[in-house]
Amino acid sequence: MSAPKRAIAAETGAAAPAAGAAAPARRGAAKRAWALVGASPIAMIGGAIILFWCLCALFAPWVAPYPPNKIDPAQLVYPYPSWRHWLGVDHLGRDILSRLIWGARTVLIVAPIAVFSAAALGIVLGLVSGYRGGVADAVIMRVGDTLLAFPKIILYLIIMAKFGASAFNIIAVIGVTNAPIIARIVRAVTLDVKNRDYVAAARMRGESPLYIMLVEILPNARGPLIVDVFLRLGYTTIAIGVLGFLGVGLPPPDPDWGGMIKETYGMIFVWPHMTIIPAVAISSLVIGCNLLATGLREAAHDG
Amino acid sequence: MLRYAAKQLVNMAVTLLVVSFLVFALNELSPGDVARKILGAYATQDQVDILTRELGLDRPLVVRYLEYMGKALTGDFGQSIVFRQPVSELLFDRLGNTLFLAAVCFAVIVPLSMLFGVLAGMRERSLLDRSITVFATLSASIPEFAMGVFLIGIFVVWLGILPGVSPLRADSGWAVWMQFVMPVLVVTAYDAGYLVSMIRSSMVEVMRQAYVRTALLKGMSFQGVVVKHAMRNAMITPFTVILLQLNYLVSGLVVVETVFAYPGFGRMMLEAALSKDIAIIEAGTLVAVSVTMLTQLFGDLGYMALDPRIRV
Repeated sequence: MSAPKRAIAAETGAAAPAAGAAAPARRGAAKRAWALVGASPIAMIGGAIILFWCLCALFAPWVAPYPPNKIDPAQLVYPYPSWRHWLGVDHLGRDILSRLIWGARTVLIVAPIAVFSAAALGIVLGLVSGYRGGVADAVIMRVGDTLLAFPKIILYLIIMAKFGASAFNIIAVIGVTNAPIIARIVRAVTLDVKNRDYVAAARMRGESPLYIMLVEILPNARGPLIVDVFLRLGYTTIAIGVLGFLGVGLPPPDPDWGGMIKETYGMIFVWPHMTIIPAVAISSLVIGCNLLATGLREAAHDG
Repeated sequence: MLRYAAKQLVNMAVTLLVVSFLVFALNELSPGDVARKILGAYATQDQVDILTRELGLDRPLVVRYLEYMGKALTGDFGQSIVFRQPVSELLFDRLGNTLFLAAVCFAVIVPLSMLFGVLAGMRERSLLDRSITVFATLSASIPEFAMGVFLIGIFVVWLGILPGVSPLRADSGWAVWMQFVMPVLVVTAYDAGYLVSMIRSSMVEVMRQAYVRTALLKGMSFQGVVVKHAMRNAMITPFTVILLQLNYLVSGLVVVETVFAYPGFGRMMLEAALSKDIAIIEAGTLVAVSVTMLTQLFGDLGYMALDPRIRV
């Protein structure tokens, strides 16, 4: 492994070298993941936090006590948490709890779509790059390197300055910038297993390259990929929050946790709860993703 | 090693050229935009067309790109529309501020995370390891702007012992060095958490090696083994990660700069993007990409120096 490759392996939490650990045992993926979660209390806490926000997002219309964009300046007489507004109201008198619940919907739709597009793109590129080798490999890796040389936030600023801020642009930038890292993980696994006997056997049987890549090779990358996807969900949640906070994220008025912090940040000396509560919400979701990823990795290493 | 460095430098130059052309093309493919930007929304289409011709923006893209690069090589990146001063002046001024902040953060983060990473990793799954790991995971999970909000809530709003903004001016009521405390705290809390986990896992790996067990069995003290045998080897893998933090510190500081109104490079890019100040975006992107690639190169070279087994 050459030095630059190693640098990336280190950057991705050394997920690639662990690939060998995931033996090609073929139990049901869901059952296996469930067993791993159950084996680690850390993963369970993380999973519980994520589940909580997912439920909030799913049932937002029923559990949110007020409409999220309902402006009611009369509430500013007493904006703090009270019986009427459990988490208080923001600077426009909107119920913070309702905005948090609806905001969970925003982040939990955008982040997974972005991460799964990155994963899908990365898996295809990594498989082709590792299995085909040669020119395809060189081109894919070179383009990936160039993309990785762009600081993500700068890339987004360029896109935003040109095309404007939208959910689609956020998904596109996150997908494209994360794909090369996932491609490296898949490529490393592919290079590791493509000369094994069972791959050779599949080739002898006359299976198509597509079948070999997807059915024989890809399952080996399952372990590191699952961990990496959850880590990336955490990073993406941060990224979406950062963009919202910088004022280049999803367009208002729909609630977005980062945007909620930005809007009320100027009032932190007067009404600190308006800023601190959304900050707690976004931190909790990231912590959930990271705990789940850490727990899964530990459980996978032990098991 | 020299050949490798030379090869990488050539690679870098090529990548920079590609990047600069892509950014240039993306921003200046439709030339009317620039003149429109300068003249404002109420100018007639005729006025826009005339200025476009006067500025030479109606010439082919490649010609304009070559002219731009020719000027850029002499340090002339054009004029900023929003800040009304030469881009190069502004760019290096802001970059200087950011690099200074980055250097201070780096000087705090690296020793701190080495200390805690080694302490946690030397006895895997001990109470100390558990506490440090949990704390590091938590602090790395809290986004910088949220961490900024929490710390401002504690130190600025509640205790009132630190300034909440860092414009680096002496007339803001706080000494300039005090204005660095909060940004450095926030960056350290976010970034050190991540580094601690990386150094810890590398240390755990090293402590499982046979030579560590041998050293212990031959009667060497635990501290001796940790300091003399394990620590140096445990630093090899995180070394590149540590250097990669420089990238993060140059462009990733945009959030902290925005939170504390710090006049840095990232905030300049943000303002430029918000107001579509193309000259700044182009020059800033080139700078950011060069910094990224240079740190990667140094990372690889240092990696080879630390671990002679690695050859390219």
